[in-house]
Amino acid sequence: MGDISGYHFQIVAALIFSIGALGVLLRRNMIVMFMSIELMLNAANLSLVAFSREIGNDQGQILAFMVMVVAAVEVAVGLAIIISLVRNRDTVNIEDTSQLKW
Amino acid sequence: MTEHENAALRWIPLLPLIAAALSGAWLVFARRELPRAAVIALACGAPIASFAVAVVQVVSLATQLPEDARFYVDNLYTWISAGDFHAELAFLLDPLAAEMVLVITGVSSLIHIYSVGYMDADHREDRGFQRFFVYLNLFTFSMLMLVLGDNLLVMFVGWEGVGVCSYLLIGFWYLDDANAAAGMKAFVVNRIGDFGFLLGIFLLFWSFASAGVPTVEFREMAANIGLLANSSVEMPAWLSFLPGYPSAPLLTIACLCLFVGACGKSAQIPLYVWLPDAMAGPTPVSALIHAATMVTAGVYMVARMSFAFSLAPGAQATVVWTGALTALFAATIAVAQTDIKKVLAYSTVSQLGYMFLAAGVAAYSAAIFHEMTHAFFKALLFLGAGSVILGMHHEQDITKMGGLRRRMPVTWLTFLVGVIAIAGVPPFSGFFSKDEILLAAYQAHSIPGHYALWLVGLVTAFLTAFYMFRLYFLVFTGTSRASHHTQEQIHESGNWVLVPLVVLALFSAIGGFFGLPDAYGELFGVQRSNSLHHFLQPVVHSAEHTIDHATEFGLAALTTAVGFAGIALATLLYYWRKDLVPGIVSAAGPLYRLVRDKYRIDELYDLVIVRPLAAVSRGLLARGIDQGLIDGIGVNGTANFVRATADGALKYLQTGLAQSYILAMVLGGVLLVAWLVRGT
Repeated sequence: MGDISGYHFQIVAALIFSIGALGVLLRRNMIVMFMSIELMLNAANLSLVAFSREIGNDQGQILAFMVMVVAAVEVAVGLAIIISLVRNRDTVNIEDTSQLKW
Repeated sequence: MTEHENAALRWIPLLPLIAAALSGAWLVFARRELPRAAVIALACGAPIASFAVAVVQVVSLATQLPEDARFYVDNLYTWISAGDFHAELAFLLDPLAAEMVLVITGVSSLIHIYSVGYMDADHREDRGFQRFFVYLNLFTFSMLMLVLGDNLLVMFVGWEGVGVCSYLLIGFWYLDDANAAAGMKAFVVNRIGDFGFLLGIFLLFWSFASAGVPTVEFREMAANIGLLANSSVEMPAWLSFLPGYPSAPLLTIACLCLFVGACGKSAQIPLYVWLPDAMAGPTPVSALIHAATMVTAGVYMVARMSFAFSLAPGAQATVVWTGALTALFAATIAVAQTDIKKVLAYSTVSQLGYMFLAAGVAAYSAAIFHEMTHAFFKALLFLGAGSVILGMHHEQDITKMGGLRRRMPVTWLTFLVGVIAIAGVPPFSGFFSKDEILLAAYQAHSIPGHYALWLVGLVTAFLTAFYMFRLYFLVFTGTSRASHHTQEQIHESGNWVLVPLVVLALFSAIGGFFGLPDAYGELFGVQRSNSLHHFLQPVVHSAEHTIDHATEFGLAALTTAVGFAGIALATLLYYWRKDLVPGIVSAAGPLYRLVRDKYRIDELYDLVIVRPLAAVSRGLLARGIDQGLIDGIGVNGTANFVRATADGALKYLQTGLAQSYILAMVLGGVLLVAWLVRGT
């Protein structure tokens, strides 16, 4: 286990971020897309904390807390939008919400 | 210097301004009129108080100071200070300004009083009793700024101020489109003149500055005018046909520019066309602005700048010939007019021509003398005409008047005094002033064709006597030609109207003795009886009489005889043998119609200037540049381009699919990161 280094943390973070990004791009269910966004945010968190430990600078960890707060706020707003969408249009499929076009 | 400083001067123009400001502010903010008594007290009190201050100061000027250094200065504050250049907001009272200030405040006071009676009798819906007096006070202020200004800039402020007030008062009854149009015409024509005046000011200032004396102050300019006597300016290539090309004497050019301004303000050829139309204003306005004061501003300016004009023979010749031709030209038009105010308007243009004739032959004191007597008798004639118009219930056509003598005795008598004065019957005021002018023209050997000038003046004197007595006989004698309904209502005007008439009649009768030529004074053992001339001499340097007394009296007798000939002809045609007139008119035929239509000059201007200008403005400037270039390409073109690009191409990026936006975002992020890590 002593082989785990900063490098590995970053690989994992990159993998999780990519999974999240692909999820946002490929899935149609808004709840799932939302969860994918959370994955990307947490991947970024992981990357920040790992770098922070490696460089020996606490700023990255502070920033991770910041991201968590933002994520929580974002969930509150985002879920509220999704709920009102379901109430009005009875769907969570993102392709059904394409009125804002030419 | 201290004995010349006098802080009382500022009150002469300030009092009318304060009255106008108080009265005007009340109208604007309270949205109703002050009590009638308050309006009258403010409006008439201000010019009367100004007059009182002016009298005290002029008396002090004449008695306290030595003859060769008679001037008072009042520096309010430094208005402009830029580098070496300083312009003070300052007033100057010297003999020339003193004469003007007394005439302006005096006549203005009388006309303010008259206006109370005149505007009372007016029952239009837009009568605006208080508004009228606000404008009138404002005018008095501007006019006093004009004559009291210590430098060209203060003078110009007053010059523009009287123009604005003239515009406001000509279009006073603005509900009638014709009145508003007349006001605009006066303003636009005056702007043409003002443009020349401004160019003259700039040219003079620029030349004085290059000579090392950056100033526009009258006394400084007069002291240093010698620096510019031999200067010249380069003419542009398109003027190569002129004599002296490629250089022109600077002072001649500058004075010609100033004279363009004087032509506009004082209604000389070719810019006289606004004055007859200005009769659309209330009659007291015609008397004050368009006869007694504002229109003489051009003459005053030429006299004020006499130090420059006397070094510019080309400009002087232009002034004198313009004046002479205007005098004759306008007098002929006046012969055939049938509107009582139009006759007087053309007569004013003609008399202003006389003044320029005098100013051009360097007889500045004669010009100012005639300005003064003209202010008396022409204000009297206009006010008398106003009284007639009131009595006739706003009828202005003299062919529908007649026989007013018995119905309006005071108006009749005072009007007759005015007519006699302008016709040049001795010893009324017009005789002496007109005679001075003709004499000055006769002896002006330095001006080419001065005998012709004298002859033109003489013919004009004949015409003046003729058309004024024609007017008098048609209005006051014979039987009334008005409708029965109007005839029953003819009445003499009230005392507000009659008292100013009587005072002005008195001055029209005796005003000539202010400037009684020395030759006459010596008959009665009075030396230097031409007090006005001697009073003005230190400032304006008029030509002295060089001919002997016998010739002077001979010329005066000739002028008088010519005047009486005009009177006799008018008496014959319009009193004894009225049956002759239709025959003469039909015999003259086309000539009569041409004169009656004022030589169709307005139509000519319309054809040559107004229509082409309107066509270019409408076709090229409005349609081409404004609507085509600025609106079409600049404003609407930009908008259309944006809309076309968006509508044709850019809008398809807006798919409505959230995931396509996210894809773009991700790709953008990837590109951004790639850019940031490039080369590592």
